[in-house]
Amino acid sequence: MKAFAYHRPDSVNAAVALSSANENASVLAGGMTLVPTMKQRLATPDHIIDLSGIAGLMGVSMDGGTLVIGALTRHSDVAASALVIEKIPALAALAGRIGDQQVRNRGTIGGSIANNDPAADYPAAVLALGADIVTDRRSIPADEFFVDMFETALEPGEIVTSVRFPLPDSAAYCKFGNPASRYALAGVFVVKTGGTVRVAVTGAAPAVFRASDIEAALTESFTASALERISIDASGLMSDIHADSEYRAQLVMVMARRAVTMASNPG
Amino acid sequence: MLPVIGIGSSPKRKEDARFVRGRGTYVADIKRPNMLTGVFLRSEHAHAIIKSIDVSAAMAQPGVHGVYTGEDMKADNVGGLPVGWGITGKDGEPMKEPPHPPIALGKVRYVGDAVAFIVAETDEQARAAAELIEVDYEVLPAVVGLVDALKPGAPAVYDEVENNLCCDWHLGDGSAVEAAFQNAAHVASIELVNNRLIGNPLEPRAAIGEFEFATGQYTLWTTSQFPHVVRLLMGEMVLHIPQHKLRVVAPDVGGGFGVKQFHYAEEAVVTWAAGKLGRPVKWVCQRSEGFVSDAHGRDHVTEAELALDEDGKFLAMRVKTLANMGAYLSTFGPNIPTNLYAPLLSGVYVIPSIYCEVKCVFTNTVPVDAYRGAGRPEATFVVERLVDMAAREMGIDKIEIRRRNMIEREAYPYQTPMLVEYDSGDPRGCLERAEVLADVAGFEERRLEAASRGKYLGLGISTYVEACGLAPSRMAGQLGARGGLYESATVRVHPSGAVTVLIGTHNHGQGHETTFAQIVSEHLGVPFEDISVVFGDTDRVQFGMGTYGSRSLVVGGAALAKANDKVILKGRKIAAHQFEAALDDVIFEKGEFSVAGTDKKKSFVEIAGAAYVPFDYPLETLEPGLEEQAFYDPINFTYPGGAHFAEVEIDPETGIVALKRYSAVDDVGTIINPMIVEGQLQGGIAQGIGQALFEHGVYDQTSGQLLAGSFMDYCMPRADNLPNFAIEPHSTTCTHTPMGVKGCGECGTIGSPAAIISAVVDALKPFGVSHVDMPATPNHIWNIIRNSSARIAAE
Repeated sequence: MKAFAYHRPDSVNAAVALSSANENASVLAGGMTLVPTMKQRLATPDHIIDLSGIAGLMGVSMDGGTLVIGALTRHSDVAASALVIEKIPALAALAGRIGDQQVRNRGTIGGSIANNDPAADYPAAVLALGADIVTDRRSIPADEFFVDMFETALEPGEIVTSVRFPLPDSAAYCKFGNPASRYALAGVFVVKTGGTVRVAVTGAAPAVFRASDIEAALTESFTASALERISIDASGLMSDIHADSEYRAQLVMVMARRAVTMASNPG
Repeated sequence: MLPVIGIGSSPKRKEDARFVRGRGTYVADIKRPNMLTGVFLRSEHAHAIIKSIDVSAAMAQPGVHGVYTGEDMKADNVGGLPVGWGITGKDGEPMKEPPHPPIALGKVRYVGDAVAFIVAETDEQARAAAELIEVDYEVLPAVVGLVDALKPGAPAVYDEVENNLCCDWHLGDGSAVEAAFQNAAHVASIELVNNRLIGNPLEPRAAIGEFEFATGQYTLWTTSQFPHVVRLLMGEMVLHIPQHKLRVVAPDVGGGFGVKQFHYAEEAVVTWAAGKLGRPVKWVCQRSEGFVSDAHGRDHVTEAELALDEDGKFLAMRVKTLANMGAYLSTFGPNIPTNLYAPLLSGVYVIPSIYCEVKCVFTNTVPVDAYRGAGRPEATFVVERLVDMAAREMGIDKIEIRRRNMIEREAYPYQTPMLVEYDSGDPRGCLERAEVLADVAGFEERRLEAASRGKYLGLGISTYVEACGLAPSRMAGQLGARGGLYESATVRVHPSGAVTVLIGTHNHGQGHETTFAQIVSEHLGVPFEDISVVFGDTDRVQFGMGTYGSRSLVVGGAALAKANDKVILKGRKIAAHQFEAALDDVIFEKGEFSVAGTDKKKSFVEIAGAAYVPFDYPLETLEPGLEEQAFYDPINFTYPGGAHFAEVEIDPETGIVALKRYSAVDDVGTIINPMIVEGQLQGGIAQGIGQALFEHGVYDQTSGQLLAGSFMDYCMPRADNLPNFAIEPHSTTCTHTPMGVKGCGECGTIGSPAAIISAVVDALKPFGVSHVDMPATPNHIWNIIRNSSARIAAE
């Protein structure tokens, strides 16, 4: 690991100021991606701005009909939150299956979505649930937030402060993990709210995406069998030593069917 | 008095008191005075000419003490890394053995080949300096695959090695095999790949070199399974340091699995650099660095055929194997796919004639050498897949065809057509018990239940035999070993009667401190708590060949038993003097010397005391003191074996293979500590499951980059992948080892891959599948199901 200057501001504004004042600065939330890449000297920031000293970025609450999760809330806390389990159980279940226990004890929702790893779990939930990402300067709808692999709508120095989730009627997340890394080879988050169905897919493509054909079929009939005649185009999906694109296309459909079944039969 | 805990007991392991509390002392924990840190710059190219290396910017960095290249070592007359076995081709020519410089000279031959060594005050300084080294490479085309490497016009790993062929080796009677095939009622054949594995012991490798100007004494601290062999190879062949001026210490080592039983370049480089700088130099391997610098395992491509008569009796077997050596010959590299492979092709079966050809091939990949099982899992996989194939083609049940061809217990000792003579065994007994453990009778019911859920259940079987307890030196010498393979033990009885054992094997997870103490406790009647076992230090332990090939108990334990015998004999002489009795009348039992028919008795403690306070003592004929040493050279290999069953459930939608049941019955001979033996079997089976379902050292075939270069992509088996295993011993006694032991360290790894794949193939029977290459990953299985379904639909 290369030497760096360490900063621990006590407010979001101070963090933003540090970020814009310093060249080659990285913001540290849980550090589950940043620290390993620094150890391998793949990331070599000169400044680390640790957000852990900022009060109010952690925790879960209701704001009217919206579930609000602070950006620094750990995966394990979301998984165990009675409020999340009550309001969006699929989100709690997703958080409880991210990485391993050590990762869940450190990793944060804000860090995960700001990093936008193509195989991360949270982006699927945020996109499918149609959440809003609140930053130090604005609110960004999920549909505009996730741009491409490791790329988001965040401006340089912009810091995520919370994520606001509208409550669905029913939702479920199903993933098939990479046998080695346990990241999603294909993860599908299915949400039904009134007559609207939103389906987001992670792990399969360079970035999380909404599967419009699946959404259309499920809008017509929210059943696993409605998906039996649908397939997904493999050409835009990733291929690697664990899963070729055809296989990922298959997994997306299988996970979608299983997620619909789970959403239809909660518990 | 504290209790004697002898053979057959399962006391808690002595070593665990420090391991489970994090108090072990590993090489990375050791800090020597004034110690510097070294890091390696490694090649990012699989094959390239080094046109120049400019180290000046790196040398100018703060804290940097030295930057060394292969040319610097050559200028110092440093030798290449030696090969411990030399094999001879079928044309009588010795294998091609190109030089293996510790740091690349002129050319890099794999991604990870060392290019420079940078020594600085801190790790950070050394890494920063390494980034400033400018290497001008002329990149050459690389060759990765075995079949590709032998093709005319393939990139040459060595200009002087034609067709990248290190050695074209064979064993067996080719003409007898040809004749048998002519008369066969049926010939089963198979083509298969034995996947490349990367061992990944929990503790990465590490080394500290140290040089003392005042005495000219060198010390190497290293993560090694065989410190005396490192002293011999590195001292004599590489650095030209006399044996008495070189101490090699392998302290606590966190797992080896073969990965740490080679003499590695880094050991020589840190020792040499310490001599240059006059300060200790430490190198600790990063995990990702280990992926491209630890020797890999397996990596075979094989075609095999089995000739059978109309009753399914085996007549002959023919095997052609290509074995990857990687870019350089590692310490035992050429020995593994030849001498440790072909002699096991008879398995537990009567096969009248066998012929095996092995082509050892150079490629632009990490050197390949022994990994737990080493040659024997590969042989078992060939034999058992071929037997399954024959059963399927001839319409014979796959358990029945094995029963028909097994060597019967009464037929031992059994001379195979492939050099080795099995001394003892009971394959049928193992199989029958394993069928019960696996509830083979209930399988069909379970299969139907799985089918009702849309899943495919498969039952797999593997039998195996292995040769371990390496090795009878004379036989090994005839096969090309360049050193003896005996073991040694010293039993040092202190004046108090407590005992220190100094033994040449190395404990890195196997529980030797416990097992060897039990042997002494049993033989000498000394309390278990009063016995310590010392290993891993060439200045403390007389000599030894180390731990590999399931040899520690078989060969080291035998040396220990012989040393115990010598201690007892000397004790009897002392007692005879004190009893004024004839030596022959003095007996030793349960820690007590006595004369039969009298009340004359002396405890072991009293006699030990007398040996060091020799007042009433036969000083005219006997030296004082009570310390005995024995060397043991085995007269044969030992042949553990067994029968394993696996049951897998396949989800056709995702292709995922879930292992539901695993049952193993193994013949490991006499068992000293049942808990430790079960632990060895559990671990070995888990590693075999890793090979069958998860692990794959995948290279990009064009660039030669290791694609599975971290745990993000190289999949180790984890606890949640594994069911509880049903494990039982079914032992026959080895006829030639002192305690009847056979060894158990590799059994699980040898038996399990074939059992798992047999089960996978069985599950996929409805799709017309006859073989599945390892690892049976979800994508791989899904592709097979999809392609078979498409084919069946087209038909």
